[in-house]
Amino acid sequence: MKTQRIKKTPLLGLDMKKIEKARELSNSITEKVQEYIDTHTTVTIERASLRLLGADGANSDGVPVPNLIVDKLKDKVGEGISKYYINALIKTGKTIDELNKDIADGFDISTLPMLEFEKIKEKADEIIKKLDEKLEKNISYRNQKLREYSQNEKRPLIYVIVATGNIYEDVKQARASALEGADIIAVIRTTAQSLLDYVPYGATTEGFGGTYATQENFRIMRKALDEVSEKVKRYIRLVNYCSGLCMPEIAAMGALERLDMMLNDSMYGILFRDINMYRTFTDQFFSRMINCRAQIIINTGEDNYLTTSDAIEKAHTVLTSQFINESFAHRAGMPDELIGLGHAFEMNPDIKNGFLLEFAQALMAREIFPKHPLKYMPPTKFMTGNIFKGYAMNTMFNFTAKATGQTIQLLGMLTEAIHTPYIQDRFLAIENALYVHNNMADFLNDIEIKKDGIMAKRARQVLDEAVELLEEVNRIGLFEAIERGMFADIKRPKDGGKGLDGVFEKKNDYYNPVEDYLKKKLNIIKVKSEKVRK
Amino acid sequence: MKLVRPYGDTLNDGAMQLSFTLPIPYGRKAKECAKLYLEKLGFKTADIVHMAELSEEFTFFIAYAKTDVSIDYDSVEYTPAIDKAMTMDEVNQFIKEKIKRKVVVIGATTGFDAHTVGIDAIMNMKGYNHHFGLERYPMIEALNMGAQVPNEKLIEMAKKINADAILISQVVTQKDAHIKNLTNFIELIEAENLRKRFILIVGGPRINNKLAVELGFDAGFGPGTYAEDVATFIVKKLYEKMINK
Repeated sequence: MKTQRIKKTPLLGLDMKKIEKARELSNSITEKVQEYIDTHTTVTIERASLRLLGADGANSDGVPVPNLIVDKLKDKVGEGISKYYINALIKTGKTIDELNKDIADGFDISTLPMLEFEKIKEKADEIIKKLDEKLEKNISYRNQKLREYSQNEKRPLIYVIVATGNIYEDVKQARASALEGADIIAVIRTTAQSLLDYVPYGATTEGFGGTYATQENFRIMRKALDEVSEKVKRYIRLVNYCSGLCMPEIAAMGALERLDMMLNDSMYGILFRDINMYRTFTDQFFSRMINCRAQIIINTGEDNYLTTSDAIEKAHTVLTSQFINESFAHRAGMPDELIGLGHAFEMNPDIKNGFLLEFAQALMAREIFPKHPLKYMPPTKFMTGNIFKGYAMNTMFNFTAKATGQTIQLLGMLTEAIHTPYIQDRFLAIENALYVHNNMADFLNDIEIKKDGIMAKRARQVLDEAVELLEEVNRIGLFEAIERGMFADIKRPKDGGKGLDGVFEKKNDYYNPVEDYLKKKLNIIKVKSEKVRK
Repeated sequence: MKLVRPYGDTLNDGAMQLSFTLPIPYGRKAKECAKLYLEKLGFKTADIVHMAELSEEFTFFIAYAKTDVSIDYDSVEYTPAIDKAMTMDEVNQFIKEKIKRKVVVIGATTGFDAHTVGIDAIMNMKGYNHHFGLERYPMIEALNMGAQVPNEKLIEMAKKINADAILISQVVTQKDAHIKNLTNFIELIEAENLRKRFILIVGGPRINNKLAVELGFDAGFGPGTYAEDVATFIVKKLYEKMINK
């Protein structure tokens, strides 16, 4: 995907050696976690793999086929579940659709005798080949549309959220937003979905504070956005939430249905949803490999830190987390161009010169992560029922986003503190952003920053503090750092949280054709399972 | 009797600003439709000062309209949870002198609601907008359980730590999810015969004292509430309970 490159020299005069040092420390921090990740799998990784091999549908109680399969084979998760599904395909001689239907009707594939490994591998290769073609087709469609409409591509890309709970109502609002000037539509999920250990099936019309992420809902919105893209001559990107207990499965569904971006953070679930850290780290890696293969931009969630911690005191924790997220993403094969690190405009508006600090931090992120499609998040914490003041704050935010060259800007809503956006709230937000972005289009190319002014000093200070924190995290380890509450002021015990019972150590004969494919395709490491397998 | 109307630039001119969307295509007919709609609402004059096309099927309007409906200010009945908040120091002094032991407060955002912003603003050490949270109060022991806490769990923990007051935050209000959740909480606590044991308080952007009392809580707090408002209510109510025993 096309991303903005900052062509001019950095303005803040940050010490490149310090930035390099931060990257080395992050690399060392994630290396220790990666050792754990590489030797483990989870129930949702297995289900995501099944989904990519074709498992789909649900039984009459709404239990998805991938869950039906994995639940029956719970004691075999450490061997990899995919081979049982492939074995069943060969043994029964059925098509994928027929087998899915039988499983939904109660057919138990775990009882079938197993074929020899070569036969399974052969069939797996055949399915993987089709999968690869499907993903390639999605990528080339997207790239072709992006090229076709490249002259209309904006910076920052305007990102808005729809959240009615009803996918058909969401479509209307998304369509209106695109016509008004939005480039990216995120369908926010219903509040409880991140804690479900399955992905609901089919089109949904009920949800609280959002709409269920289902593959059918993805399809409905994708189709609507493709249609409106033709009309507005801009490729409208679709976003969903690759987080929670089904992170890799959402990634799989998004890859199949051509989503363009995914919220996907390496630590968000641990901190803000109390999901177990071993589970989250293992899941984020697999989901990022899928996102990477599908060329889906990830959005990390550092903005959330500032909703629980102070935006000034804890600015360096945002930067620290950005470095860690970047390093984890690199390990999953992601190039910088797909790593949409998050940050936010969340300072108390009463602070004197608060704007200068916000500006410095936003520009700092841009200069430290020049190729990354940075995602800049709006004021939320200090938004009140005073929509007029809120609209003014959003104008300052729009200014900062454009002036510091952000790639993706989630627009603030004047009714942030009141309700999920009404249709006109989004319109007013887009109108404001379009006005500001155009009115100061070349501002960044026209300014210099005073070498020892408030802004340059602020950026240096935040970087210094981030390096110190990274040193500390590296010394004690990331697991321990989270236990001590070093991120977002939230403490999470290693063995606490949800989902640990879904984590399994890989056995020597672990086989996952999807994982092997992804690692090979993304050139991550030599596929070691080839050697280990008998 | 004190009859009042909205004020624009002349006393009781009844001037109001409005904005809304209608599911109709943009155009002059849309403008006329919006104006007639405002008149149907009872406005005597209505000017659509701006309209914008949101999509082929939606139009947004900004309007100024005048009404001759008035209201008698003196007849309005309103009972806030507290008259005037004490400061943090005053609350502590009150507890030391009158209650003579630490006050235990537990809080959570309950149900599926994942927003901690409200409960954090009231309970966390740092508080909100330079108003310290309950954790900072030397004479209050505060336990913030965070978000997505089931009602059952909150009650269980309240019993365990022998809480004096339970705070519930509800941010998500789509389709009245908060009402259902709060009603369920009251039902649970009544089923266990514990209603009298705790001071029950609910807060959130769509909560007010009247609604909270109707639902069976002792008090409700809406936007703009700080920890000292909640603390004032708790300590006064607790003292009242003590002397009435």
